[in-house]
Amino acid sequence: MSEPALEIDRRAAHWLQQRQFWEWTDADEAAFEAWLNESEAHRIAYWRQKATWTRTERLVALGPKQPELAVETAPRRRLWPMFTGIAAAIAAVAVLGAMATGTLLRPQDRMYSTSIGGRKTIAFGDGTRIELNTDTVLRARMTTDQRLVWLEKGEAYFQVKHDAAHPFVVMVGEHRVTDLGTEFVIHRGPKNLEVALLEGRAWFDRADRKLQSQSALLKPGDEVVATAGSMSVARKPADELANELSWRRGMLVFKRTTLADAAAQFNRYNRQKLVVQDSEVGRLTIDGTFPTNGVQVFTDAVRNVFGLHIENRGDEVVISHAP
Amino acid sequence: MTASEVEAWFVREVLPLEAMLMQYLRRNWRDTGSIEDLRQEIYVRVCEAARKSIPRPAKSFVFVTARNLIIDRVRKEHVVPIEAVADLDALAVAIDMPGPERNVIARDELRRLQAALDQLPPRSREAIILGRIEGLTGREIARRMNIAETTVSEHLANGMHALTNILLRTEGRT
Repeated sequence: MSEPALEIDRRAAHWLQQRQFWEWTDADEAAFEAWLNESEAHRIAYWRQKATWTRTERLVALGPKQPELAVETAPRRRLWPMFTGIAAAIAAVAVLGAMATGTLLRPQDRMYSTSIGGRKTIAFGDGTRIELNTDTVLRARMTTDQRLVWLEKGEAYFQVKHDAAHPFVVMVGEHRVTDLGTEFVIHRGPKNLEVALLEGRAWFDRADRKLQSQSALLKPGDEVVATAGSMSVARKPADELANELSWRRGMLVFKRTTLADAAAQFNRYNRQKLVVQDSEVGRLTIDGTFPTNGVQVFTDAVRNVFGLHIENRGDEVVISHAP
Repeated sequence: MTASEVEAWFVREVLPLEAMLMQYLRRNWRDTGSIEDLRQEIYVRVCEAARKSIPRPAKSFVFVTARNLIIDRVRKEHVVPIEAVADLDALAVAIDMPGPERNVIARDELRRLQAALDQLPPRSREAIILGRIEGLTGREIARRMNIAETTVSEHLANGMHALTNILLRTEGRT
């Protein structure tokens, strides 16, 4: 071999950075193609550099760049907000839903919602902030004598300004979280409810007085998992909690997460659904940080690391054993 | 096989063997100056074979190719005493066993990437972080680092080249 391997590798790395970081013209593309076609060694050296580039994809997620937050400010304790467009439609649906669960929508209630993959921050006049995660509906009743919100579905992070005279109450179905000056996150899943406390104190109980036994005073690091009939409280390490809240930065953090769980998490944020074909594949575990909308990044990583087969069928992406 | 199928196979099955392959070559080839060339020729040979049909398992195929290439070179060039090759036959060509090993790779991947980045020369490291993690273009990196664009290009290329070698050659260590 006349051309030293070291030279070829350097050249390949040079092409790679040229393509990724600089203006890339048709002439560049032609020159690059010509170089690749010159020898099999060139092509392979480029594949080798490109593989590294693909691997570093997951570092992208570590970056300080945050997707812009849509900040919506809500007036403090406004009595007659205007319902328009989608909000009105959701409110109408909420009325029906509320009638079913026994709580009626009042005119002073305001609806906030996000679509799949969306995120929204609501800043209330009293200094309370609520961040809505993907596919979430929240109803707020912030009046002069009451601070009450309903998490109708999805997930929200609460940073509550304490006001002893007006406790901040979150209703989640039959469950209730009453803040005592707090930061917490609530995720209302299809079958259960998770409440994790980051700071301060909060009281967790059920609205139904007959079930008062299912209550707890939450301290930082506590996580409650409640279903219709049961409740448990567990301590959660700070870093695990932080990972669970990475959606606030638009990220998903996986630590020894099974592919099945990871897929389920991505599916909360994306219309294109990941389908893990068999349970053996679903049990593989992965570490990494990915943008919530990074289905492609994730499937690329899974293909490269596990050698799994990825099939894009439009509405869904199927992950399975290589054929 | 199409070129992209060969590429996918090469990245998935062959590149993870590079650490082991380099170790093998260093042990069996005295002329350290030409080890990279040897490695590259092995890659060319296995990929050419893969064009016809994907060799399975990859691991034994890569090491058989390596061994044959060394024997060829020794015969042709007489650069290495033939005894050096004798123990090649003793080196059992292990059967490709994916599974737990891959799992470990996945778990440690992020840590490994960060460790690899830390080993880069400072300027290359900075350029790669600005470009890859902060998502700046080459021009923006030049402005941020206050250096010429051609210098940025060099830092990026050197950084990528070094990162590739570090990542592929510390594979499997924890």
